[in-house]
Amino acid sequence: MYLTARTRLVLRLLTLLGLAFLYAPLAIVVLNAFNTSRTYAFPPTGYTLHWWSAARHSSAVLETLKNSIWAGVGATVVALVLGTMAAFGVQRYTFFGRRSVSFLVVLPIALPGIVTGLALRNVFDEVLGLPLSIWTIIIGHATFCIVIVFNNVQARLRRTGSSLEQASADLGGTGLQTFWFVTLPNLRGALVAGALLAFGLSFDEIVVTSFTAPADRHTLPQWIFDNLSRPNQAPIVNVVAAVLIVVAVVPVWLAQRLTDDAAGSRF
Amino acid sequence: MAGDQGLTLTTAPAGTAPTGDDLGRRGALSAFFAYKRRTRLALLLGPPVFWLVIAYLGAIAALLLSSLWSIDGFTEKVVHSYGTGNLHTVFTDATFRAVTVRTLGIALLVTVVDAVIAFPMAFYMSVVASPRLRRILVVLVLTPLWASYLVKAYAWRVLLAPDGPVASVFGGTPGYGRTALVLTLAYLWLPYMVIPIYAGFEKLPRSLFEASSDLGAPPGRTVRSVVLPLVFPAIAAGSIFTFSLTLGDYIAVNIIDSKTQMLGNVIYGQLITANNQPLAAALSIIPLLAIVLYLAAMSRTGALDNV
Repeated sequence: MYLTARTRLVLRLLTLLGLAFLYAPLAIVVLNAFNTSRTYAFPPTGYTLHWWSAARHSSAVLETLKNSIWAGVGATVVALVLGTMAAFGVQRYTFFGRRSVSFLVVLPIALPGIVTGLALRNVFDEVLGLPLSIWTIIIGHATFCIVIVFNNVQARLRRTGSSLEQASADLGGTGLQTFWFVTLPNLRGALVAGALLAFGLSFDEIVVTSFTAPADRHTLPQWIFDNLSRPNQAPIVNVVAAVLIVVAVVPVWLAQRLTDDAAGSRF
Repeated sequence: MAGDQGLTLTTAPAGTAPTGDDLGRRGALSAFFAYKRRTRLALLLGPPVFWLVIAYLGAIAALLLSSLWSIDGFTEKVVHSYGTGNLHTVFTDATFRAVTVRTLGIALLVTVVDAVIAFPMAFYMSVVASPRLRRILVVLVLTPLWASYLVKAYAWRVLLAPDGPVASVFGGTPGYGRTALVLTLAYLWLPYMVIPIYAGFEKLPRSLFEASSDLGAPPGRTVRSVVLPLVFPAIAAGSIFTFSLTLGDYIAVNIIDSKTQMLGNVIYGQLITANNQPLAAALSIIPLLAIVLYLAAMSRTGALDNV
């Protein structure tokens, strides 16, 4: 489209404003990770690295971080398997009720977390009599992570079509060989990107988690929630958040590189 | 396929050639799946659908069922006898109705604010920015999603403090009221709106823009008559996130504006504070219904293919 120089300028300014809106609160978090004031005086009363060493030696941070990583890995593995299967079914076949499957997959992320959490907790407690554990956290997280992998794989399948698989079959590849040597390598990027984003979603989740986590195995977001308003702990929360922000660039960038189709960064 | 094993053997590198037995079994398995299209489909869809129907829809159904239970006024224990008392309360009580209307209003407002901020950003990213800058911008938009949601919500509390950064830059703050709440929620969900719209723009053939300007339309007219209608399903897709995330939120609401009661707060209150699980279950029918209706309306625009 022909855009006048003025239109381009306006668009650029609006984008910059949007980015400033996105990053101003994060800048405050990083700033307060060094702030000597426990009440986040602005401008900061002074700068210190005290909170950083406190965070490194906090056993609660490390413990809950470990729980979050395990929950994220478990949920991601389940989501990868189930999401990929659902994506293949929906993209490579036509059948009655195809849209319902898409609808079913999207539903857990669209419904409020409190409904999902309440429903799962109700089943664990009243129906199954299942004690809460890391597994119940994983079940909850996997349920809403499936859609992430599903979307990524579906987008890739839609884009590549099935001509390569047909070529493989014409050249004598068996179904499993075709899957292993042709389909899977084509999907690798979408799978890695989907896994990274699913892990990220699980890693930050708190609402469903608060219903499905046992009292003695909290995740990192739960620790953050419990400590946000404690004057002695809140600055450590800022350190943890600052680290997460910086570390987050890596998986986001990787996911972006690996999907590398235009609409790649599907979450 | 399965009948062409000889070909496979001759093309396999000598060192890694599978044994005849191995190949035979694999070929037979492949052949089995190749000729049973329906079986393959069932095997593919079985596990995910089983998981979602049993672990998820089953749980939702059980929740709906438990809304028919009641609480013994004396022992405060859940009584497993069925009645529509809770449903009656939920749909007739004036307070619950007010909360519902308020929550839906805030969810729509947040969605509109996000769409207005996200549209020019996505436009710029897709149409104006160079491919290199485009990739950087996508990363920049996505990265904040990974910073803890709680920390971001709390950061707004710090930003909007009476002597905080916003006050010292702009000379005043909106305080911790409804405005702050909408601002914070819009902030939290903004990336969920930008990315689908950006993806929607990427799908538009550039030739349409040129055709529009060749036919004499100024940029504003092209945006209104060509771009917006075509990008609308993508905006609808983004709105599914912003709408439903706002509808269910109670934590950010609590951090920013604890005086405003949203549906999530009321459900949480009934569950934890009042210890009335059946009423909480009955109340969660409201967001459930709202989301299902919203999804149904949005899927008519093709939004579900754009999520």
